[in-house]
Amino acid sequence: MRVLRALAGVSFDIHQGEFFGIVGRNGSGKSTLLKLLASIYRADAGTIRMAGRLAPFIELGVGFNPELTARENVVLNGVMMGLTPQETRNRLDAVIEFAELEEFVDLKLKNYSSGMQVRLAFSVMLQADADVLLIDEVLAVGDAAFQQKCADAFHEMKAAGKTIVLVTHEMTTVEEYCHRAMLIEDGLIQRIGDPAEVGRHYLQMNFERGSPGDHAVSEAATEEVRLLDAWLEDGDGKRIDNVEHGASFRLRADLEVLRDLEGMGVGFSLANADGLAVFDLGVTLMDEDDELTPLSAGQRVRVGAEVENLLTPGRYFVHLGVNRAHGAGVALYVQSAIDFVVFGGSAHLRGIVSLPHEIEAEVEGGEGR
Amino acid sequence: MSAEITPVGPLREVRGPSALGGGARRFFDLLWLMAVTEFRRTYFGTVLGYLWSLIRPLALFGVLLFVFTKVFKIGSELPNYPVLLLLGIVLFTLFQEATQNAVTSVVAQEGVVRKTQFPRLVIPLATVLTSSFNFCLNLVVVIIFILAWGVDPTWTWLLFPFAILALFVFTCAVSLLLSVLYVRFRDVAIIWVVVAQVLFYATPVLYPIEKLENASLEHLLMLNPLAVIFEQVRVWVLEPGAPTASEAAGGVVHLLPAAAIYVAVCVLGWWVFNRDAPRIAEDL
Repeated sequence: MRVLRALAGVSFDIHQGEFFGIVGRNGSGKSTLLKLLASIYRADAGTIRMAGRLAPFIELGVGFNPELTARENVVLNGVMMGLTPQETRNRLDAVIEFAELEEFVDLKLKNYSSGMQVRLAFSVMLQADADVLLIDEVLAVGDAAFQQKCADAFHEMKAAGKTIVLVTHEMTTVEEYCHRAMLIEDGLIQRIGDPAEVGRHYLQMNFERGSPGDHAVSEAATEEVRLLDAWLEDGDGKRIDNVEHGASFRLRADLEVLRDLEGMGVGFSLANADGLAVFDLGVTLMDEDDELTPLSAGQRVRVGAEVENLLTPGRYFVHLGVNRAHGAGVALYVQSAIDFVVFGGSAHLRGIVSLPHEIEAEVEGGEGR
Repeated sequence: MSAEITPVGPLREVRGPSALGGGARRFFDLLWLMAVTEFRRTYFGTVLGYLWSLIRPLALFGVLLFVFTKVFKIGSELPNYPVLLLLGIVLFTLFQEATQNAVTSVVAQEGVVRKTQFPRLVIPLATVLTSSFNFCLNLVVVIIFILAWGVDPTWTWLLFPFAILALFVFTCAVSLLLSVLYVRFRDVAIIWVVVAQVLFYATPVLYPIEKLENASLEHLLMLNPLAVIFEQVRVWVLEPGAPTASEAAGGVVHLLPAAAIYVAVCVLGWWVFNRDAPRIAEDL
């Protein structure tokens, strides 16, 4: 029998009142760890110690029975949380009110929308009064208004000194709520500490091993021109698949001319993961006299573009186009000739690009304090 | 994290899942709530509601009564055959229904087992408890039927609850064993349908034991703890003159194997369940 070691040598402390994030890729062992904390799995070795009352759920809405009404489910869930049936009934109104489901309290859960179910589950969890909560994934639930309510509730819990362990892929959640974060990979702790720093490390690790570059374009050709290779380089001329935000990189392409041509233009088009064209750049081959360079069959063309990386973190695709001279149309177009990932940068980067800027603010009038 | 946070309590070791775990009050609250919920759910949305729980054994009773008094004639020679048959069916229904539902119970609650910290024992026990609710309702009808039939209550009726308790404990033990074995061996469900059927015939439900007219066969039958319980119920509740379990076995000493099997099943059920409980979530 093959033994799969899900976690090894994992040792850490979480303090009371702390929001602690655990991040890692699928199969890294983070969910196993959470299940160990929750007493769903038993560890083969090592000890786990915990103070206070633990909410025994790791997922919202577990144990909900679709055949029962919201009222019955709330009671059942409350008892699972360790309340008495009486206590749960006393809190029922508060639970339903928070979930904004007053009119549906006697409706069977199977008739609820998924959003309503999650709201109910979240509300039950909040009312359970546990000292320690373990949460796998889902945090952003319901519509924007309810999300805000959840966020407020989390901040309240934070203020009330509740301890929360959160397992997620979502770095933004970790950075928004967590005091500290831990990165797990292959069952080992890779990094533990400041959420922003752990997040950067996670993104970087995630993409280094990822798929970009795997499907290098070969043999993209028309009768006129063939793309031999297209790739990304760092400043030292080393091939890379991902680029840190703020660094510069080079787009490179090697082409072979298959037929005598009057001239040629080569262009790159950068698109983000949503398919939105972010930026186009191109060059037309010219000789010293600013005339089109004629090309003959068998010649090779090497293109290189130096780009300062102002892109926000995410995945990008580079399409490559070769144009004929005098606007006579496209000789070759290669979709996603290169794809790469931008990582790093501050966590607050939003939007498509981060334009170079200077920003200042000053206060006018009065003497101040 | 401010310094004024008061500690919520001492550090305690997290020992992982277990059969019981999580406190006695929570255990019984959960057990009760789950059993009641399931009981209500079984009949929710059906027109006749709880009556169905009664109609099922009664229908079986009607069919068997017809077959064994009109077709095979065994029953018609015995004055108390209909009440004996009805009582036997209701008792056996408890055992059969509970164990059969228990087989898949833990696996059916996969979501709860894999996602929450939950005393594992609650799950099969709740199914037994649900069947017990049905049984209690049925028992009321059976007792009315027995009295209407003209059986006079005797002091030995006071022993009846002990027989039911013995049956209940045995049912629980078998349910534990089956439910936890099914997690790893799905064959259990199929095997158990057959075994339960065999047990039905190896228990004097359809026939009074003396009708076997074969002492060694009677002795063999008395290895079955269920047969012992059923025979005693017959003597205590219906027919004080019927052969007692020890008479059928050929002496009190010959009841020891059945007692040993009874105890062994109970111990085994608890032991296996307790041993496997921490791993159920991983094996699912």
